[in-house]
Amino acid sequence: MNAVEGEPAGRITRAEVAHVAMLARLHLEDDELERFTEQLAVILDHAADVAALDLSGVPPMAHALSIANVLRADDPRPGLDRDEVLAQAPDVEDHRFRVPRILGEAP
Amino acid sequence: MSPVPGATPARSAAALAEAVRTGATSAVDVVDEALAAIAGDNQEVHAFVTVLAEDARQRAAEVDRQVAAGRDPGPLAGVPVAVKDNLCTRGVPTTCGSRILEGWCPPYDATVVDRLARAGAVVVGKANMDEFAMGSSTETSAFGPTRNPWDTTRVPGGSSGGSAAAVAAGFVPLALGSDTGGSIRQPAALCGVVGLKPTYGSVSRYGLIAFASSLDQVGPFAASVADAALLFDVIGGHDPLDSTSLDRLTPRLASVLGDGIDGLTVGVLTEHLDGVAPDVARRVHEAAEACAAAGATVEEVSIPEVRFGLSAYYLIAPAEASSNLARYDGVRFGLRVGADDVVAMNTATRTAGFGAEVKRRIMLGTYALSAGYVDAYYNQALRVRTLIADAFAAAYRRVDLLLGPTSPTTAFALGSKLEDPLAMYLSDVCTIPSNLAGHPAISVPFGTGADGLPVGVQLMAPALGENTLLRAAAVLEAAAPAGAPAGAPAAGSPGSTPGGDGVEPTAGLP
Repeated sequence: MNAVEGEPAGRITRAEVAHVAMLARLHLEDDELERFTEQLAVILDHAADVAALDLSGVPPMAHALSIANVLRADDPRPGLDRDEVLAQAPDVEDHRFRVPRILGEAP
Repeated sequence: MSPVPGATPARSAAALAEAVRTGATSAVDVVDEALAAIAGDNQEVHAFVTVLAEDARQRAAEVDRQVAAGRDPGPLAGVPVAVKDNLCTRGVPTTCGSRILEGWCPPYDATVVDRLARAGAVVVGKANMDEFAMGSSTETSAFGPTRNPWDTTRVPGGSSGGSAAAVAAGFVPLALGSDTGGSIRQPAALCGVVGLKPTYGSVSRYGLIAFASSLDQVGPFAASVADAALLFDVIGGHDPLDSTSLDRLTPRLASVLGDGIDGLTVGVLTEHLDGVAPDVARRVHEAAEACAAAGATVEEVSIPEVRFGLSAYYLIAPAEASSNLARYDGVRFGLRVGADDVVAMNTATRTAGFGAEVKRRIMLGTYALSAGYVDAYYNQALRVRTLIADAFAAAYRRVDLLLGPTSPTTAFALGSKLEDPLAMYLSDVCTIPSNLAGHPAISVPFGTGADGLPVGVQLMAPALGENTLLRAAAVLEAAAPAGAPAGAPAAGSPGSTPGGDGVEPTAGLP
């Protein structure tokens, strides 16, 4: 995002869409990158009405309810069945989720 | 091919439950009838992605055993229900319309599914939906589109299009859906059934697969206002498993339906008549006249702030979705596409598992939240949300309810908006403001458009105003113009031409 930091008025670029796809762990082919860049630009153009409003005195509303910090009594309760949960996982070893290597070294 | 050959209007859920509770009808017969209807026409309509024939028959037999033993199975005894496929059903595939969850069987039931079972209802299948509820036509489902039972060349609306079509086709009298920006009300309108989006927090979301958590709400579809109220009364109320669940008594809607609207004030929301098809706008004016005839004071109300709702929604909902959908990483459930390291595996899995609309919204949301843009887009959209909520609050000091169209048009043709995301998003322009404010709203069938397809009018109320909302909905239902849908298309339902042979276009329309 460095290229246009603080300048949200510019149209979204191919490079920005590629960067966002990387952040979201999505791989885009060239033709998809082309199409998504155009479509996202059209949607963001529509949002320009909102971006242009002067709302400096208006507080943001993240949520329709005023409730916060909902707590319950700290009583032990049964959780989900471990075997039932693990049965749905793509790969399991010794009652744990198994994943490919995370760091650079060979497995 | 006719989707619903010789369909007779389904019996109401209330009547079915009463017949089962008294032993006049067996739950097994009721469920078998629903399964036969589904077997006959689901291939054409594609309302269900999973049909639970054996589970449903066993469950129905259990209900019959309870009745035989002198126990009351509950207010929905033996009633077949369709459940949107983003609501978790233990041990039963729950796909959210996505390849990334294909074959996944949740290890628990959503609270609303549990409450259905406790009320004696029988889940007969999981209803098709836009992938992760992102869409307004049910065409983004990875498992193929649902077709509108009134005209199978048209969309049923979305994202809960399978639930709406299942009721409209007469497969089931009741269905559950979810509504983030109109996903219950818009398909209800396009399919000619009743759809209620309850107050945010009034129905538990435990077990609802999250899309945009500050907006998502579960609600009922039914062929009548009374049945929608009956289902809401079963699913509503506090749930300690949902921290956004309101901890207060919810109204019992079924008891207020006959109370009328004499003395109430109904505001016709003028901004929602801009850019609306003339035949749809005409039905809204007729609905306003019906409110006046029932003793309500009707006046025009302008809330200019709602014009910004669409833009704000399409920043807020994708932002929340981009965060919620980060959990689909190929580690704990669903699809995994193998790769040498974990980041490559995450990327390969998400690239293969998500469809184009979901990718578009994840990227839009990631962008709206990213450094340099979060103030201009996401935070600005949250301020617009305050503007809209405040403007509604001011309006509701003068009127009890607001009235307008649910959707700007009747059902559009399959494929007509799929390549133009903004055009698709505009189908939600009238429904989004209630989600942003957290307010309840309902779509009620009110005659047909010039093409002979159903028109829905929308009533909106302030938070926890379901009571007033349903009273007015019952008035409009009773006053709906001749030719209005009664939940299921008439015998010999429409074919491929607009206003086909089973639906009489109402005289006098352009």
